[in-house]
Amino acid sequence: MAAIIRQRQVVADSWQLLKPAADGTVALPDDGDVIVPLAVWRAQRDALLGRAGGLGVWLDANDDPALIAGDLGHFAVIAVNFPQFTDGRGYSIGRLLRERYGWRGELRAVGDVLRDQLFYLTRCGFDAFALRDGQDANAALAAFDDFSEGYQASVERPQPLFRRRGVAAPEATRS
Amino acid sequence: MYLYDEIDQRLVDERVAQFRDQTRRFLAGELSEDDFRPLRLQNGLYIQRFAPMLRIAIPYGLLASRQLRALAYIARKWDRGYGHFSTRQNIQFNWPKLEDVPAILAKLATVQMHAIQTSGNCIRNTTTDHFAGTAPDEIVDPLVWCEIIRQWSTFHPEFAYLPRKFKIAVSGSEADRAATQVHDIGLQARRDAAGNVGFRVLAGGGLGRTPLIGAVMRDFLPWQDLLTYLDAILRVYNRYGRRDNKYRARIKILVKELTPDVFRAQVEAEWAHLQGGPATLTTAEVDRIERRFTRPHYRQSEPVSSAYAGALARDKAFNNWVRRNVQPHKVAGYAAVTLSLKKTGVPPGDATADQMDAVADLADRFSFGELRVSHEQNLILADVRQADLYELWQAVKALGLATPNIGLLTNIIACPGGDFCSLANAKSIPVAEAIQRRFDDLDYLHDIGELDLNISGCMNSCGHHHIGHIGILGVDKQGAEYYQISIGGAQGNDASLGKVLGPSVSQAEVPDVIEHLIELYLERRDSEEERFIDVVRRIGIEPFKEYVYGSHHKAAPSRRRQLAAA
Repeated sequence: MAAIIRQRQVVADSWQLLKPAADGTVALPDDGDVIVPLAVWRAQRDALLGRAGGLGVWLDANDDPALIAGDLGHFAVIAVNFPQFTDGRGYSIGRLLRERYGWRGELRAVGDVLRDQLFYLTRCGFDAFALRDGQDANAALAAFDDFSEGYQASVERPQPLFRRRGVAAPEATRS
Repeated sequence: MYLYDEIDQRLVDERVAQFRDQTRRFLAGELSEDDFRPLRLQNGLYIQRFAPMLRIAIPYGLLASRQLRALAYIARKWDRGYGHFSTRQNIQFNWPKLEDVPAILAKLATVQMHAIQTSGNCIRNTTTDHFAGTAPDEIVDPLVWCEIIRQWSTFHPEFAYLPRKFKIAVSGSEADRAATQVHDIGLQARRDAAGNVGFRVLAGGGLGRTPLIGAVMRDFLPWQDLLTYLDAILRVYNRYGRRDNKYRARIKILVKELTPDVFRAQVEAEWAHLQGGPATLTTAEVDRIERRFTRPHYRQSEPVSSAYAGALARDKAFNNWVRRNVQPHKVAGYAAVTLSLKKTGVPPGDATADQMDAVADLADRFSFGELRVSHEQNLILADVRQADLYELWQAVKALGLATPNIGLLTNIIACPGGDFCSLANAKSIPVAEAIQRRFDDLDYLHDIGELDLNISGCMNSCGHHHIGHIGILGVDKQGAEYYQISIGGAQGNDASLGKVLGPSVSQAEVPDVIEHLIELYLERRDSEEERFIDVVRRIGIEPFKEYVYGSHHKAAPSRRRQLAAA
């Protein structure tokens, strides 16, 4: 069983991320927890709801999260794929799922996920991370504390820093 | 000067620690070159032709004297005793060692500076008018808004991995001195009939391979909505900007391919969700930022000193310098002074560590301890008493920074070019110098009048050649360095993009072509008031083309054949 980071801890993971074959179909196991591609969810909705085992869906970087906005109650986990860690579309998808569509369950970053992106991903609402093969998940935990603050409104802190600051700064002067 | 508070400082310190660890992991082989590259770029670190190049942010071009001294210190300790001020109000060092960069960043942090997001596919340093806060035609002081945008863009978690780099420029004046029309987002401050501040918002402008003027998104966006609207534009771009081809990845391509109307509709649809949200700016926040800026305590308006008037009348060289390098100030009795980094024989924008220290001293003596870096690659003392100008001029002259050429042909904007940059097709610096030498005669130069000449060593257009009245672009012709000349570009309110004159020419021929362009201009202008750009706009580029390349040209036939073959 693979290890992932969930809620800032390295844990064993039971979920199987299903990737489509060349013809777009996936081989669906009879039981067990699966995370299926968006297209599979849309094509085989009833079959998926009828099977034993947990159900999750994963979005690719060019998928529109609005397409599952009405389905969130059916999923135990939503994953977002990062084809390359430099492809930042998933950050917007994460925020939309959390802030616009109200997803409260596990939001998992999968694909080319590295420790140096964990801090921003967390601020965009991700709370689980399946790192790229070969990455040291335990060492990566330190990245959550790279910064102690952030200026912007974010999923983690919906109020931007300027609405959370205490007293106004003293007047700066010079001669 | 904006003064960091405890949180601003802590974030910059934490960035130094983060990058120190990333560098350590890279040097230890734990991070591959591919995985490290985007991380170092977001700290301004390129691997260049000879060594890494480190680009340090000078947010909106504002520098304190103690910061300039820190840059001089870095130049001496970790570089070769000089730095290069870029067209984006940053400074670049060309010779640091990779393993020294964390220490350089730590030094910068002690003077509230950094290299955050000075490269990479993220939101870069926000630029503005180098006369911000002092210009008589100012509608609002853009510095406060630039700092608000700096904080919003710094470590923005959603927009660190955009399709491509992203540049925002802010203008606070009637006259646009920040080239807002050729930025990914241009913000032009406005006041409505009731006096409320807002911004005209442009998106999708840019130079590079596909030069475009930005499209208007909003004619008047109330200031409270600034950050939510920026979030909306950036989100649409982040999601839908092209990532399959780096040459088609800037926001301008998205705006163009969708059409400005469709792009605007998408932004407005996104903004409908964000409008009025937590990121909506408050009066308290704008006031807080405003109060953290130190401001000059100007003396009561003083009558123009008779000594100053006397010096102007007596000393022609001083008079020339004042006419070209001194700008009016909103406060009576004060002026803004440009120190020219465009002396013939010195690469445009370069300054030595000794010059930096000396300019820092001058800033302390004459300009409240502050200075500006302009996108034209000069330094500006923005708050100088008129009565001090003569004394300042003598000091500046001794430093070699008093060339009276601001706005003139030899105030050349140029990128570092093929001498330093691994992207360049051709050299920029020797071309700039050859032109400066050709137009060495000051009287002739002043007679030619206002003329922007910009040089880029490649299509990335760091030298802004598209918006030079004369633009020069380095091109690669079967392995040889050639130069394509364009005319008719302009920055400012009536920004336009230059048109290519004809076949590219060799390096040796460039000064001849410029000279011929100037000859025809002088012949065709109505009066001394009609600038080069005005004549190009009035008569078009054909007469210039004909004059440079055509059969009626007076140049020797052999030279024409060379041009035709090029």
